[in-house]
Amino acid sequence: MKTDVLPPIIQEESDDRAVIEKTVQSEYKYGFVTQIETDEAPMGLSEEIVRFISDKKNEPAWMLEWRLKAYHQWLKMEMPQWANIHYPKINFQDIIYYSAPKQKVKPKSLDEVDPELRNTFEKLGISLAEQKRLSGVAVDAVIDSVSIGTSFREQLAELGIIFCSMSEAIKEHPELVQKYLSSVVPVTDNFFAALNAAVFSDGSFCYIPKGVHCPMELSTYFRINAENTGQFERTLIVAEEGSYVSYLEGCTAPMRDENQLHAAVVELIAMDHSEIKYSTVQNWYPGDKDGNGGIYNFVTKRGICKGHHAKISWTQVETGSAITWKYPSVILKGDYSIGEFYSVAVTNHHQQADTGTKMMHLGKNTKSRIVSKGISAGLSNNSYRGLVSVSKHADHARNYSQCDSLLLGDRCGAHTFPYIEVKNKSALVEHEATTSKIGEDQIFYCNQRGISTETAVALIVNGFAREVMNNLPMEFAVEAQKLLAISLEGSVG
Amino acid sequence: MSTIEQLNEKMESLQQMEDGSSLKTLRHEAFSEFRKNGVPTTRHEEWKYTRLGGIMNKDYNFSLDRHSISKEDFDAYRLPGYEEANELVFINGFYSGEMSKIISEELVVMPLERAAAGEYENIITTYLGHSRNYLVDGINAMNTALMHDGVFVFCKKNADTKHPVYIYNIQDARSSNVFSQPRSLIYVSQNAKMQIVETYITIGQSESFTNQVMEVVTMQDARIEYYKIQKDHVQTNAVSTTHIIQQERGFAHAVTISMDGGIVRNNLNFIMCADHGESHMYGLYFLQCNTHADNHTIVDNIRPNCLSNQLYKGILSGHSTGVFNGKIFVRQAAQKTNAYQSNKNILMSDTATVNAKPQLEIFADDVKCSHGCTVGHLDDEGLFYLQSRGIPETKARALLIHAFAMDILEQIYLDPIRKYIDQEISERLENE
Repeated sequence: MKTDVLPPIIQEESDDRAVIEKTVQSEYKYGFVTQIETDEAPMGLSEEIVRFISDKKNEPAWMLEWRLKAYHQWLKMEMPQWANIHYPKINFQDIIYYSAPKQKVKPKSLDEVDPELRNTFEKLGISLAEQKRLSGVAVDAVIDSVSIGTSFREQLAELGIIFCSMSEAIKEHPELVQKYLSSVVPVTDNFFAALNAAVFSDGSFCYIPKGVHCPMELSTYFRINAENTGQFERTLIVAEEGSYVSYLEGCTAPMRDENQLHAAVVELIAMDHSEIKYSTVQNWYPGDKDGNGGIYNFVTKRGICKGHHAKISWTQVETGSAITWKYPSVILKGDYSIGEFYSVAVTNHHQQADTGTKMMHLGKNTKSRIVSKGISAGLSNNSYRGLVSVSKHADHARNYSQCDSLLLGDRCGAHTFPYIEVKNKSALVEHEATTSKIGEDQIFYCNQRGISTETAVALIVNGFAREVMNNLPMEFAVEAQKLLAISLEGSVG
Repeated sequence: MSTIEQLNEKMESLQQMEDGSSLKTLRHEAFSEFRKNGVPTTRHEEWKYTRLGGIMNKDYNFSLDRHSISKEDFDAYRLPGYEEANELVFINGFYSGEMSKIISEELVVMPLERAAAGEYENIITTYLGHSRNYLVDGINAMNTALMHDGVFVFCKKNADTKHPVYIYNIQDARSSNVFSQPRSLIYVSQNAKMQIVETYITIGQSESFTNQVMEVVTMQDARIEYYKIQKDHVQTNAVSTTHIIQQERGFAHAVTISMDGGIVRNNLNFIMCADHGESHMYGLYFLQCNTHADNHTIVDNIRPNCLSNQLYKGILSGHSTGVFNGKIFVRQAAQKTNAYQSNKNILMSDTATVNAKPQLEIFADDVKCSHGCTVGHLDDEGLFYLQSRGIPETKARALLIHAFAMDILEQIYLDPIRKYIDQEISERLENE
């Protein structure tokens, strides 16, 4: 049964199911198309396209070589089938692999950026100008693959922090890029990582020198604009000894009938005593309520705690995408290193999410913590898939995992696939998971105190996700909370 | 000729057998399934942690039959309490009527072939081969395609079977490696009660591979207790499948004890296809040396108001590996399901490994489901407490481990069997 054939009018506040349905039916708020001229590559993927992209970006020869190597590997690879997601076969020749907003001259400052483009960001609520003035967030905005402007660069440069687009980094800091690029996610890591390596068009590069505490949250906003394009961005963050950085990533896409592909790669490298905090709010277009359109989000994210006492923390709020396939991982190589993963994944209508993390304990006295909250509504399926592995020499490794699922409605699914592999006797690994719905008694309690069912559900869902939300930087926490409410509008049961 | 080729040949020849149309069709379908899927590798998600390649590459003697073991040989291996028990004996995978002993009047025991051709045809058609819907991996199909000389047990309506049924799977590995495929179907009629104990015995020092499938049906209000004991020597490998189908208010209680063996894989499935079913599954894997024990469980909740509870505990020393993969499915119609799952492991050595995958797949919203999993070592404070009261460290350790295992042991309601396992555990702890 489609949700849109259900009665649109709610008879009584107490009819929980109806309220849920109403909430579920809310439409995507960020679906608008920016009318800007784009510079596109011809459709399809071939060696020529890879050369075209590399050429368009004036890349050095080593970069082209690297891309071609990835492309040839990719040809030999098969699309992974193991995830708990179902979708029609993707035709990789039907996608435009490069689409850049057309600009005659490169803008020197943000004020010169195409006003249409800036409007887009304003609609998204992240006006660059506003951000620059008020929030102190340095934004590197990426529309359809090319970074259009980076704020706060100069202030950061004074501290020795490099924060620029990947294409600039390749030109200006080739030694760093060559050293670290694909050192955490090898080009042959998986099908989508190889694809990304072959055709990635831009992304962010961030380097924090020794002992520097990055004074502001660094942020990138991704947005897929042009039709039939895939967004393949690549992010690389390196934190040298004793440094700290908090990085924010947000994603949205306009409404389209067809499915769009997004295959990003993020690599984090944390040296001795450094800390990287990576937060994502992913709100790609999830498709309409009948399951048409939406983004296919296949992302490879991995960090390595290379040095001792290093810490990497992933926080994600996933509310968008028709399909999410994403497992931010941490390799705990350094002794006493720490990995964290906090996730809220919300699926509604026909959305499918298969997301989780991998914590690989290699060093001694390493610790990891996983908190995953899945909320499913409508006809959606939400899976947690996680791996905790303790290798033979990882003495005194410690892991705590918790993954809870909340079901709103009786047509959705919640799944948990935790893998635990322990090879060391001093390890202490704990995993627990629960699945439940919102209790009638909880709703009743709220109703009794004059809180409408809808508000009560929002309240309970927010409470359910609180542990994760608390880990988001301030700027994102508010947005994420709103997103959660929008995604679930009318879906409470 | 390789083992696979020999198996294929054997299956082909069994295709020609005329023994009741339902068996023939089943064998036929399974044969094509086996040809399609082959023997699972570690790329198969359900076999990720268990490698069968080594087992399949051995040379096996396929000509062994049910007569190779004498009554005297068998006497040495009988389980305690056998005097008061019904005994079903499989030799090299074939049911042996001469060795078996039925003392309960409530039980009807006959070869599968005869049951399929006679008055039990309906039961056979409905339930035999039910497990293939859940185990799509070639191994289950292999057993079905080679189904020959299996056994059918019928427990009459309202029967309160006083004597348990002991099932022995005996392999003769005195002169050559042996490959056996026991098959059975047990039907517990309405409101009947039955206790089953199953064990695996390999005589001789050569290698054995047992691929066994047992399907059990518990009808309305029926009650079944099932105990599986694995204490065979290190040259023995087994894939042992127990598939229990539960009708209304059916009650099933299963305890799996794995202590020794080479590669041991247990599939335990509970299919709760009617309302108000209840199932409990307990497992203990207490491993040493190179033993690899893999417990895969499936609880499929199809209808509402069912309860399932699972507790598996592992103690691993030496180079042993323990695998636990518990799956709970709650289908959309199965509202008001309560399903719990818990897996606890203690690692005693740095060369032992635990791989756990407690998995939930839920499509209904009015449910209470949880799972938990822990891997750790013995509690230092507990040890210190006991030592501070004058108990030497080794003894304190043994005490704590014994207590850890006790949760499972006390779920064995058959006294002689519980005492026997308890004794075995005590002995092992003393030797360590």
